[in-house]
Amino acid sequence: MPRQTYTKNEVTSWPIPNYWDAVALCFVVALLVLLGWGAKEMLVQFNVGQQTSISLNPAYLPYYALRSVLRMLIALGFSLIFTFIFGSWAAKSRSAEKLIIPLIDILQSVPVLGFLTITVPAFILLFRGSMLGPEAAAIFAIFTAQVWNMALSLYQSIKTVPSELTEAGLMFRLSPWQKFWRIDTPFAMPGLIWNMMMSMSCSWVFLVASEAISVAGHHINLPGVGSYIALAILQKDKMAILYSIITMLLVILIYDQILFRPLVAWSQKFRASIDEDDDEPESWILNLFQRTAFFNFIGASVGWAADRFVNLSILRNAPARRYYEPNETWRRIFAILWSSALALGLIASVLILFLFIKHSVPFSEIVHTFYLGAVTALRVLIIILISSIIWVPIGVWVGSKAKVAQVVQPIAQFLAAFPANLLFPIVFMLIVKYHLSVNIWVSPLMVLGTQWYILFNVIAGASSLPKNLRQAVGTLNVTGWLWWRKFMLPAIFPYYITGAITAAGGAWNISIIAEAVQWGNQQLDATGLGAYITQVATKGSFEQLVLGISVMSLYVLAFNHFLWKPLYNLAEERFQIL
Amino acid sequence: MTAVIEVRNIKKAFKRHRSQELLVLDNVNFSMREGEIIALLGRSGSGKSTLLRIIAGLIRPTAGQVIYHKQAITRPEPGLTMVFQHFALLPWLTVLENVELGLEAQGVAKDERRARAIEAIDIVGLDGFESAYPKELSGGMSQRVGLARALVVDPEVLLMDEPFSALDVLTADNLRGDLLDIWHSDKTRIKCVLLVTHNIEEAALLADRILVFDNDPGCVRAEIKVELKHPRNEQAAEFHKLVDDIYGLMTKPEAATFIKPQAEFKIIDQHFRLPKVEISEMMGFVETLSDYDPHAKIDLPKLADDLHFEIDDLFPITEVLEIMHFIQVSEGDVVLTDSGRKLALAEMLDRKKIFAKHLMEYVPLARHVRAVLDKESEHEVSETVFLSELETVLSDDSAEETLAVVIDWGRYAEIFAYDYNSGMLSLENPQ
Repeated sequence: MPRQTYTKNEVTSWPIPNYWDAVALCFVVALLVLLGWGAKEMLVQFNVGQQTSISLNPAYLPYYALRSVLRMLIALGFSLIFTFIFGSWAAKSRSAEKLIIPLIDILQSVPVLGFLTITVPAFILLFRGSMLGPEAAAIFAIFTAQVWNMALSLYQSIKTVPSELTEAGLMFRLSPWQKFWRIDTPFAMPGLIWNMMMSMSCSWVFLVASEAISVAGHHINLPGVGSYIALAILQKDKMAILYSIITMLLVILIYDQILFRPLVAWSQKFRASIDEDDDEPESWILNLFQRTAFFNFIGASVGWAADRFVNLSILRNAPARRYYEPNETWRRIFAILWSSALALGLIASVLILFLFIKHSVPFSEIVHTFYLGAVTALRVLIIILISSIIWVPIGVWVGSKAKVAQVVQPIAQFLAAFPANLLFPIVFMLIVKYHLSVNIWVSPLMVLGTQWYILFNVIAGASSLPKNLRQAVGTLNVTGWLWWRKFMLPAIFPYYITGAITAAGGAWNISIIAEAVQWGNQQLDATGLGAYITQVATKGSFEQLVLGISVMSLYVLAFNHFLWKPLYNLAEERFQIL
Repeated sequence: MTAVIEVRNIKKAFKRHRSQELLVLDNVNFSMREGEIIALLGRSGSGKSTLLRIIAGLIRPTAGQVIYHKQAITRPEPGLTMVFQHFALLPWLTVLENVELGLEAQGVAKDERRARAIEAIDIVGLDGFESAYPKELSGGMSQRVGLARALVVDPEVLLMDEPFSALDVLTADNLRGDLLDIWHSDKTRIKCVLLVTHNIEEAALLADRILVFDNDPGCVRAEIKVELKHPRNEQAAEFHKLVDDIYGLMTKPEAATFIKPQAEFKIIDQHFRLPKVEISEMMGFVETLSDYDPHAKIDLPKLADDLHFEIDDLFPITEVLEIMHFIQVSEGDVVLTDSGRKLALAEMLDRKKIFAKHLMEYVPLARHVRAVLDKESEHEVSETVFLSELETVLSDDSAEETLAVVIDWGRYAEIFAYDYNSGMLSLENPQ
């Protein structure tokens, strides 16, 4: 790698564009025009009851895709704002932490899909007479699917900034504002970008579900891929489903290239060290822009503006705090008061929720939802087990062959981003055609999208195993089941658990659409809490919906705390290969 | 010479469970005068880094004051700056941007910032690497950036926290030389340097005054004034004598044991913080000593040199072996005792028996653990019992480490067994 030497800042006059500029300029202008046009379309008139027409003509698909992606990007923007406010607040203030972190923990276990029927009317009311209402509702749904892991990631990163860096910041008398932008945020950047990618992948499923929605008897179809798919399902148009699958593949490919690859390549500079054998991620887009003269000039200006922003004089001259250990007794008193206030709030809200549900739902139904939850829980566990049995051996095999892993790994990650509900109609047709049991055969749908997390984590685990371990086990002639039991399974356990947790978490959420599959006007309902939520949501029964969602949240929380967390700790403590 | 910084009666205690307090620093007094390099020499865990951070205004002392410009330091002051052990460079900033950081905090305009940073980078000899990222740099170069970053804010007092300990021997030597060059040049306005170190040669090479630090609680045990001129020749006789003197001071029995001259071994109690020493290190050390003539006094500095040890490697081993009566240390010399010689020459199983006997006799904690296990009807006790006992006196970390050490030794000596998964200590061998 050629090392650059420092040259004085020569970009003081207007630069002469080079021919890379032409390419980059076309690129930027085209992107801006597309996004601007899409945004304008969001602001058209809309009244409840008004039919928005969606056409199954594949020629419209690029436009629909643009609208859908725009929604996701706006949601991502809001997620970032939320993340920076609440993630960093929780990391900086201990009393805020006590409220925000458990709240995020609970909110990320709440099945957001169930909430659509509540949020849509609220937003329509808010932006009366404008398309912005349903748009905002869809964006909000996507936002709730994206934001939690991003906020947690920022919070955790800021909490783990090495103490020497913090001390250096204090020693050189950076103001809290400067420290946040110079130390905390850059430190958190790689993790945050990785979580943004995860969020973007997860949100496709929600996008498809949130664009076409029926509220109080009215069907609202926002122009987008999701509505297209919904219509295709309604009209049993197999070709249209195929078109939308192809569109999705292309869209994911394109934004990966335009947005995430450059981001990942750029975020490499925030990593503390580079592993020698890892290829540094590269992006042709980033390379293109780094070669242009004009855009480098723009970059320098942005850098200058960022510099002014970080060094804002108002926020700089705040006097350095005296030490950073607060007064013990006052802090303790405040902490006790705050904790008891939180506890009271918690008790009150549980009580209100309980009374609200009990008021209109008979006790037997509450018991019944717990039973349904148990059925869904069983389904999730069994399906995770089955997909593990399938993907662990394959992942280990792939991970052992560096060449194969290089090809398979990106495909698995790509498939994880693909919205699995697009494939539901296919399964539906199979179930109907062969008269299969609904209760059993809808189960695979729940991990259709999330099983890839198991696969690519296992691949990562198997390929990062130290060679000498593998060779040592080989020289002892350890083979067969013994090899799996004593060597490979413990070795990949930490990676596998990470994948399984993600897969299981996703499966719960998807159960809401997977347990009640639709094709045309036919519907297949399985027994389960997901199907229950879908049914009461269509019925418009608010109390039952709240009940269903609360019970599901309870199950997810219980699973996280009593199954996954202990397993994760076990993996960290005993099976981590350093 | 006027005092730039005065450290007055500094005491630092950390709160333990309820009423208990853990005393880390007690009654530390000294002053830093204009034109001198002071080395704070002590073993790791002696609280010298805590003291440095108190002077830097990063940590509040429990009692006492650090006076700078007639005022007590309560926060990081503009005239003081610090060089960190592991460099503490921001990996996402280039060398130039890292050096500019302190100026940014002061609100210096960008052009001036740049010019001053480039100048500082020149002083430490890193020109040509301004646009490099820290991850491209070796350890030595990274610490040069750390130094440039400290110099650029034009400090009066330079605090250095074991700045060369993360570097290899040659690089560290090279940097020490360059530090002295900068110190003697008139490129900076630094009035004094405080260097925290555990390396005796480093202190002897750089310092005008060496403050020897004591553990538990940390305090200044002795002060050595060094009259040798820079640059000092490590091979010169005066230098050897200086190093010998420091070793002598550091291995001199504590004042308390002077009262009974017969008690030539260090006696410890049940809550003594056992240093983390491996069985293999102890055995290797006594084997090495057994190669010398019986009863010969062996010079510690020379031994350390032969073994390529620093005092942080050497002193824990000698301390433990002395506690267990395998060696005797005085005035920088070491002698193998009779039982130490027996241990060195024994076969593997006999060696375990000798070690077990001494462990039970001279390490009260091991004796205590065994006694508790003997008394229990099941002969099984959780490690947390002993851990919480230790935590009443030691910090959480040291309590954990001490217990881990005694478990390690006890398992080797086969005086008790331990199960990692359950955390249970027992008298049975694992199935």
